[in-house]
Amino acid sequence: MRRLLLTLLLVPTVAQAGGGVRDAGYVRIPAGEYKSALRYEDGDGRTKVAAFSLMKRPVTNAEFLAFVRAYPEWRRDRAPSVFAEPGHYLSHWRSPVDLGPANLPLQPVTQVSWFAATAYCEAQGARLPTWAEWEYVAAADETRRDARSDPAWRERILGWYSKPANVAMSPVGKGPSNVYGVQDMHGLVWEWAEDYAAMMVSGDNREQKADDRLKFCGAGAIAMDDRENYAVLMRVAMLSSLEADDSTSSLGFRCAR
Amino acid sequence: MKSLLATAMLMLSGAVAAATPLPATSVLQLSSRFTDQDGKSFVLSDRRGHVQVVSMFYSSCKFVCPLLIDSGLGLDKALTAAERAKLRVLLISLDPARDTTAALNALATKRKLDRTRWTLARTDKDGVRKTAALLDVRYRQLADGEFNHTSGLILLDSEGRILTRTEKLGATPDPAFLAAVRKALKASK
Repeated sequence: MRRLLLTLLLVPTVAQAGGGVRDAGYVRIPAGEYKSALRYEDGDGRTKVAAFSLMKRPVTNAEFLAFVRAYPEWRRDRAPSVFAEPGHYLSHWRSPVDLGPANLPLQPVTQVSWFAATAYCEAQGARLPTWAEWEYVAAADETRRDARSDPAWRERILGWYSKPANVAMSPVGKGPSNVYGVQDMHGLVWEWAEDYAAMMVSGDNREQKADDRLKFCGAGAIAMDDRENYAVLMRVAMLSSLEADDSTSSLGFRCAR
Repeated sequence: MKSLLATAMLMLSGAVAAATPLPATSVLQLSSRFTDQDGKSFVLSDRRGHVQVVSMFYSSCKFVCPLLIDSGLGLDKALTAAERAKLRVLLISLDPARDTTAALNALATKRKLDRTRWTLARTDKDGVRKTAALLDVRYRQLADGEFNHTSGLILLDSEGRILTRTEKLGATPDPAFLAAVRKALKASK
């Protein structure tokens, strides 16, 4: 089990060729509802999502570099450590304003904190997607809005997640477009959610003692409802373990509005 | 003359303090705007210079949130008058939709809070998210409008650096947290 977890945690990469989309625009996502892989004790099992727009691809190194140049307070040598952990935030770039040869402009930016990602989105009048929005769009494949019950879909996604980390990260836009026209929801990077801090997943709610209840104002814990959907559950576990100033080498983001 | 000089020096030191950048680890750097129970607008950096105990809550909460206020009052009670005079308490609402200035004002009155040292504050949704992120408070609004959230008291030094936190709530203060508050007050001017 530990080995499986480790494999799942390895940096996902996409080996697929083709696609080559250059337009970094937003895609309109129609309103709808779906059954989350998470079970919200307070909910009725259906998650409603209002219509919104989501970036077609994750934000790239080049795009984030342009942002850092325009907003120098977000340079890695200037951002307050309370907003972005020093030594991690953008630490893979050659300098605060230079990607260096090891980072391609079209690779997704990683090593960004929640605060930095939020600031990037705000600078373009956008925001980070909520987890519900992200999961809603990530349920789709090329032809279906919700492909999650298809074992072949699950296997394909898990296959991506189990690719070794020693391969350079693919540029964005190489994966297939899903039914909405969104790319790289799986297989490239983990992504920040606006409400990552809402993911208070407890191991087993049934064993929650009175002491534990004190930590929460009210009921409504979250549990994993779809234990087969590892790809999504790994993301939840990862996001719930993060703090807002954290950044990791496989964590990027895209914006919504 | 002496008093004039003292005033000038005070003003100067005030100006210097304002010009000194906050430490990189200070949560007071957050730019979000808040409003207190009396309708006064402020930013967190306005509170620089005071040791403070901070938490997030919402006023319609029935269980833990009253306990948060009890904990703050218990802390006040355990301190000497001189210590107490230096401590500030800041409770920020997770529920800007329902916690209007009037609601916060009513709660401050109901709980007989010392408004010279206690602040019940609201901000917009975006401010709530960023404050919670800075303080590592996890929260989620439930289907019925209530909130599920981690709670606890967080101690900030006079520059806004997080010193420690406790999740042991109640009218009798967590001894380790109380000791940390005393130490921080002693270290502050």
